[in-house]
Amino acid sequence: MTEPLVKPKRKDPLKRTRLPLSPQGARSRTALGLVAAAAEGRFALQVCDQCAKIVYPPRDACPACFAPAPPFRDVPPEGALLATTTIRTSTDTYYRERMPWRVGTIRLDCGPSIVAHIHGDVSDGDRVRMSLHLDRSGQAVAFALPLTETPAMADDPQLREMTCDPKFRRALVTDGRTAVGQAAAKALSDAGASIVFVGLADEWKPFPGDAALRAIPNVEIVPLDVTNSESVGDLAADIGGRVDIIVNTAEHVRPGGLMARRGLVVAREEMEIRYFGLMRLAQSFGPILRMRGADGVNSATAIVNFLFVHALANLPEFGAYSATEAACLSATHSLRSELRPGGVKCINIFHGPLETEWFQTVPPPKVAPSALGKAAVDALRRGLEDVFVGDIAQDIRARAAANPKALEREL
Amino acid sequence: MASSSFSSADLLRFASAVASGDVRVIDLTQTLTPEFPVIVLPPEFGQAAPFRMEEISRYDERGPGWYWNNFTLSEHTGTHFDAPIHWITGRDLPEASVDTIAPRRFVAPACVIDVSKQCAEDPDFTLSVDHVLDWEARHGRIPAGAWVLLRTDWSKLPSRAYANMKDDGAHTPGPGAEVMKWLIEARDVHGFGTETIGTDHGQATHFNPPHPAHHYIHGAGKYGLQCLCNLDLLPPTGAVIISAPLKIKQGSGSPLRVLALVADGDRE
Repeated sequence: MTEPLVKPKRKDPLKRTRLPLSPQGARSRTALGLVAAAAEGRFALQVCDQCAKIVYPPRDACPACFAPAPPFRDVPPEGALLATTTIRTSTDTYYRERMPWRVGTIRLDCGPSIVAHIHGDVSDGDRVRMSLHLDRSGQAVAFALPLTETPAMADDPQLREMTCDPKFRRALVTDGRTAVGQAAAKALSDAGASIVFVGLADEWKPFPGDAALRAIPNVEIVPLDVTNSESVGDLAADIGGRVDIIVNTAEHVRPGGLMARRGLVVAREEMEIRYFGLMRLAQSFGPILRMRGADGVNSATAIVNFLFVHALANLPEFGAYSATEAACLSATHSLRSELRPGGVKCINIFHGPLETEWFQTVPPPKVAPSALGKAAVDALRRGLEDVFVGDIAQDIRARAAANPKALEREL
Repeated sequence: MASSSFSSADLLRFASAVASGDVRVIDLTQTLTPEFPVIVLPPEFGQAAPFRMEEISRYDERGPGWYWNNFTLSEHTGTHFDAPIHWITGRDLPEASVDTIAPRRFVAPACVIDVSKQCAEDPDFTLSVDHVLDWEARHGRIPAGAWVLLRTDWSKLPSRAYANMKDDGAHTPGPGAEVMKWLIEARDVHGFGTETIGTDHGQATHFNPPHPAHHYIHGAGKYGLQCLCNLDLLPPTGAVIISAPLKIKQGSGSPLRVLALVADGDRE
């Protein structure tokens, strides 16, 4: 049984903060198909479309029939753990700090055998459920999990290396004024975050949900305005070293395409709050997060962004806003690359219209703010990179992948 | 040259009185900070931008020997001047934007009406003609061409109380409709200045006409000053206000430094 995590002691100020190291991260282009699956929490392997053989490790041609480029498809993840080994020493700088480390061989019910990281709650001969996780280098690795949930399963030290679990971590929700911000604060608190800092701009402006927000356990209100560089810098100076997870909930949804609006005032607000806001957070908090990527049980671990799914394909009804979101999406890709040396993830949670005031005229289905809060925590717990919440987001994602030009016309 | 009773020697005497402190210069300006509240309209309307500052360089790789900033804000952020063109009632007047107003209009005497005690008890305090007549009974008639500055001590409040926004709008003191019309028509004032976020009462949307301060002041080609501070340091009469806005092409207003000149001989 996994030993439940205990809340980490305060740091010994005489000890140096260890710098983050990465496990080996080189992969072939073909093997990046596993990363695409791991980013979304799917278990996918190559399936030959000629002879139906399931292929592992990734190859450029089917080893059975030589058909080129077998595509990645979701496959059943169950299998049997054939044998395990506990590694006690290594020359690899990342793993030698994390010894002992269990690996094992799993024979999947669907065919191939996989050498994988092994959860502490499974042993030789057990039935297991395979998953693909993004490790600290950002690459996909196979992980053998118990078939069903075990007590304190997420606390397994090897698994926790792959995830961004909020338990005993300190989170910063950047805007508590929004419904999504309040939902995220609640979800993080429920998930065991030891502190949930919640940013509030213009404290003098009242807002709905104020009292309920302050009543959430472990919530600490902090002054933060993502449109104000000084404010973001000041907060990072105060609490930057105590923030392990940032959930950016600053939003500014406004309707209208490029010609539907007069002037740039609203567009500038959108860019200030969303794109430049993200940039300010990245500049002030990013370097501290990246430096603290291996700082014990409550190491810095992730920045979570909520993105309008029409960042992928513009919705003219919200045309200018979609364009802002596309800028944010691109920025997160840069951020992801910049945070990777610290093993810190950048998690994107895509959503369609929300059950909030500015989507009032949009027909359902719409996503409840609480669903986004829960999705953020779920993504952190599983260490995902891309999550599509709700029917609209999943639909747009599928159509954008299938035929982006057709989708552009359809919207 | 037309004959004038005011000589350059008088002007130099004034300058040396400023230098010596016999004429005190009082700053009526709030510091421009990102945190200072700006007027909030219903979200579907366009919004005034708050003050924001981005460093260009600070003796670093972006500029090793110098420190400077870019800043952004609206014409109506912080302590600011309202030109007649700001309001629809003043849209067709001549010399109504900050770049076309004659510079001599930026220097004018002030009458300071102290209603701070009433405002401390009632944030919805509304200035009436009777209040002004009562003030005139004590300090004399308001001369034509003088600023009327409303001292509420509102500038001393913390931000939340200063904006005082409730679910039925802002609750901040200001003038009623009748007194604004009267100040313009019966007293021909130079303009109206307040410590609150605007020249109008917090609930002025519900007055008739709505926003009477803006309506009457600007309709008559007069000026507004708001977000003032230090009005408690001014005498009821005798101060001279220097309030020159930035020369913005077709500007409806401008943040500015508002200075009051006070001759110390008056107070003793």
